[in-house]
Amino acid sequence: MTLFDFIQRLLGRQKPSGTMAKERLQLVLAHDRSDLNPELLEQMRREILEVVQRYVEIDIEEGDVSLETEDRVTALVANLPIKRARPLPALVAAAAAVGMAQPPDADASEELAPTDDPD
Amino acid sequence: MDAVTSDPARIILICSGKGGVGKTTLTANLGIALARLGERTVVLDADFGLRNLDLLLGLENRIVYTAQEVLAETCRLEQALVKHKQEPNLALLPAGNPRMLEWLTPEDMQRIVAMVAERADFVLIDCPAGIEDGFKNAAAAAREAIVITTPEVSAVRDADRVIGLLNTRGVAPVQLVLNRVRPKMMASQEMLGVDDVTDILALPLVGLVVEDEQVIVSTNRGEPLTLNGNGSGAALAYQNIARRLRGEEIPLEDPSKARRGLRARLMNKIRKTTGLF
Ligand SMILES: Nc1ncnc2c1ncn2[C@@H]1O[C@H](COP(=O)(O)OP(=O)(O)O)[C@@H](O)[C@H]1O
Ligand SMILES: [Mg+2]
Repeated sequence: MTLFDFIQRLLGRQKPSGTMAKERLQLVLAHDRSDLNPELLEQMRREILEVVQRYVEIDIEEGDVSLETEDRVTALVANLPIKRARPLPALVAAAAAVGMAQPPDADASEELAPTDDPD
Repeated sequence: MDAVTSDPARIILICSGKGGVGKTTLTANLGIALARLGERTVVLDADFGLRNLDLLLGLENRIVYTAQEVLAETCRLEQALVKHKQEPNLALLPAGNPRMLEWLTPEDMQRIVAMVAERADFVLIDCPAGIEDGFKNAAAAAREAIVITTPEVSAVRDADRVIGLLNTRGVAPVQLVLNRVRPKMMASQEMLGVDDVTDILALPLVGLVVEDEQVIVSTNRGEPLTLNGNGSGAALAYQNIARRLRGEEIPLEDPSKARRGLRARLMNKIRKTTGLF
């Protein structure tokens, strides 16, 4: 350890490298074990938030979806603070979007056709 | 060697993922240590591309045949097994030679290990580095495994990959050896600690081997440390691993937490809080 490192540590500005090694490993192994790279994880996070948001209003800023590992078991942990539930019509539309029910005035063939309508 | 065995042989893969972490050194020392405890032991060099188990055991000039010739029936198994001079309970079998173009299949590996296991109590398979074909061949015949790693991020990460593969293959138990431990660096937290590594990999620890110059000296001579009861730290560690494998209860002591005299303990504490030396 250099004198500089030592002073940094005394001042509590730098963690010992062994501790950093452990933290970095835990992070990288959570991804290794799930076979998800950060890019895919980010995409999954966005899609999960999208789906949840159809049903409830969530605090996107506070929302968090991450992989956590303990004892070789990796879990997908989502922490999504709910502001309020969506009003009923919005829920019906959300259900329709996933194909559970048809909104009364929807034309099925039109919905299936690809469209470049910007909405 | 006796042809009649009562208990089935323990077939143990020694692997790590990363190269150069101490697989071959462990295989050689463990082989000798088990043999000295009266176990009929065969060490199989599955790293045929970069084979060097023969060199560590001082048997490099005595290899005539390999598993390949046994499988092709150009020689008998007894002819291919190289018996150790001082420790006749130990024999070496190279899987192949570096000039080999076509490697054996996993089925070949299972056949040769089954033949060897008939006349042994322990079969130790020295695995090549990596997680590709070489690993898959070496692992094909293993019942249990020892994963060896050093307290470094890359070695631990690679060990984790290997553990995942062993788990999906149903190899069990899988135990851990932590090699090249530097107690001073661990005590000052400038190296992953023993608990850190066992927490992360979630494997039972079967041995802790300190960084030891004697390992290099013994390699130069082709005489494993466990051969002549050399009392060095690493020698003792290898002997203890052999005894634990046989079911003996030998406590594992974390050398970075070892209690010596009062003064040493005090210094340890200062070192821990300051990380000064
Ligand atoms: N406990 C130890 N202390 C000091 N050197 C070691 C120790 N274990 C292994 N080594 C050295 O590390 C190098 C790699 O060891 P080796 O057993 O050949 O690794 P692998 O078979 O995993 O590639 C060798 O030079 C060996 O002498
Ligand atoms: Mg090797």
